[in-house]
Amino acid sequence: MTEKNFSYGFETRSIHAGAAPDPSTGARSTPIYQTTAYVFDDVDHAASLFNLQTFGYIYSRLTNPTVAVLEERVASLEGGRGATGCASGHAAQLLALFPLMQPGDEIVASKKLYGGSITQFSRTFKKFGWNAHFVDPDDPENFRKAITPKTKAVFLEVLANPGGVIVDVEPVAKMAHDAGVPLVVDNTLASPYLCRPIEWGGDIIIHSTTKFLSGHGNAMGGVVVDSGTFDFTKKGKFPSLSEPEPAYHGLTFTETFGDLAYTIHGHAMGLRDLGPTMAPLNAFLTITGIETLGLRMDRHVQNAQKVAEFLEGHPAVSWVSYAGLKSSKYHSLAKKYLPKGPGSVFTFGVKGGYAAGVKVVESVELLSHLANIGDTRSLIIHPASTTHRQLSPEQQTAAGAGPDVVRLSIGLENAEDIMRDLDVALGKTVK
Amino acid sequence: MPLAHHDSYADADIRRILKNVKTIAMVGASPNWNRPSYFAMKYLQHKGFRVIPVNPGAVGQEILGEKVVAGLKDIDVPVDMVDVFRNSEAAGPIADEAIAIGAKVLWMQLGVRNDEAAVRAEAAGLTVIMNRCPKIEYGRLCGELGWHGFNSGVISSKRRKG
Repeated sequence: MTEKNFSYGFETRSIHAGAAPDPSTGARSTPIYQTTAYVFDDVDHAASLFNLQTFGYIYSRLTNPTVAVLEERVASLEGGRGATGCASGHAAQLLALFPLMQPGDEIVASKKLYGGSITQFSRTFKKFGWNAHFVDPDDPENFRKAITPKTKAVFLEVLANPGGVIVDVEPVAKMAHDAGVPLVVDNTLASPYLCRPIEWGGDIIIHSTTKFLSGHGNAMGGVVVDSGTFDFTKKGKFPSLSEPEPAYHGLTFTETFGDLAYTIHGHAMGLRDLGPTMAPLNAFLTITGIETLGLRMDRHVQNAQKVAEFLEGHPAVSWVSYAGLKSSKYHSLAKKYLPKGPGSVFTFGVKGGYAAGVKVVESVELLSHLANIGDTRSLIIHPASTTHRQLSPEQQTAAGAGPDVVRLSIGLENAEDIMRDLDVALGKTVK
Repeated sequence: MPLAHHDSYADADIRRILKNVKTIAMVGASPNWNRPSYFAMKYLQHKGFRVIPVNPGAVGQEILGEKVVAGLKDIDVPVDMVDVFRNSEAAGPIADEAIAIGAKVLWMQLGVRNDEAAVRAEAAGLTVIMNRCPKIEYGRLCGELGWHGFNSGVISSKRRKG
């Protein structure tokens, strides 16, 4: 046997991975399979599908052909074995942890997370008996110290929302693996174009595809990617995957599906029983967005660098937290993990505190004041009064969302226009 | 010394094997409908392969319409491929039987690898695949694995055949 497989580059896979001309019509763009269910050939075929004995579609809560294209595409771009698409980034966090956790289990998480994630982990997941412990990620050793025998996952954002923070993934991955648990990485802010955490030891990668992957602020979605390399059978820590599942007549996912087990479980148990399915239209919009991911991310990063440098020299600004700036303490980590640039979401401090922050977001004309990131449009928000409002003042500050903090998501407009708009708005804070 | 040429396989080679093989002897096939071997046998039958179950503990029974035989030598039709649904150690003697009956392909399931057996089988002219599942590989290359969100590694601008 002498032939070799081609390996295709990132840009090629961004356009082609998972997609092929429609077998019936030859349609080149991926059709939107706007259907709830799929016919069975006969009862035996139906039984095979329900028993997970064959590949195929049953019901769109579990799998859908348009969503499947997105799943395979993101799995390919992240370098993973498989992926589970879902309704949102929050759904992705729920689905990612569901196969790992039992009531009473623990998760060790970075405290530099999107505020909504901190709330989901510390309040809602607590109702499932999942206990989150948050640690300062600036010293990776803090993760090791917080791991206990009940810990089932370590969770972090490699490029953290909102504050230009970068976590040193590689040593944290080693600590997680030493403890026999997977490292779950939220890669939403970087996108796989800027960083592929599996290459640094990440085991499960999640995204809010709502952000840079779809890229146009028009489609909600999430995805969970499994690297396929974590051994879930060790030490009996993950019984959902490694012990017989009564809901499938005693089938054991790891035995039957090998390195496909986590992703099959994500569909056959997670989506089936929790139900946060991605809509086929949203999958279509997202795969269309991903086709231009590399082009967009290059421009996002270029514009963000220009705007960050401009703000750093502005008299109404007290500080800028963007890892692309030499003044950032995360600059060297940015060079290591995000050599093409540390994304386009960052924060700055406006002189005058809470009131000045509110003034800036209410004074912009081009930037949009809204709670999202990763759009073609430049976006602005004052986290303390919005996204991080549910947190205590201490949690706000710990998450990089104190009273003077303004968050930007720099879009793809002309950079001069973005800077002029911010300049005018900042001018109003000093009058 | 592990055999480096068995760490990965070219898609074209796997495709050729699955295209040319008609009859598979599945060693370790289980009559229990909820075992992985039963899943694989049912799927491969559906894709047009004849699968003959080999399992000394189930001789006399039928699995999916095929009579179970005790050993490879008890099969009275030509066998193209021997699929090993046993552990890596057991794959050694099975490889020798596969050589003895003139099989063309020795395929060891996901998690099964026996390099010494592979060396003997290759010396006898057999093609050897290890640590793969023919069901998963068939599904991957025909696009079905992608239906479940898996990274098939396949890029093509041609219509996929069902």
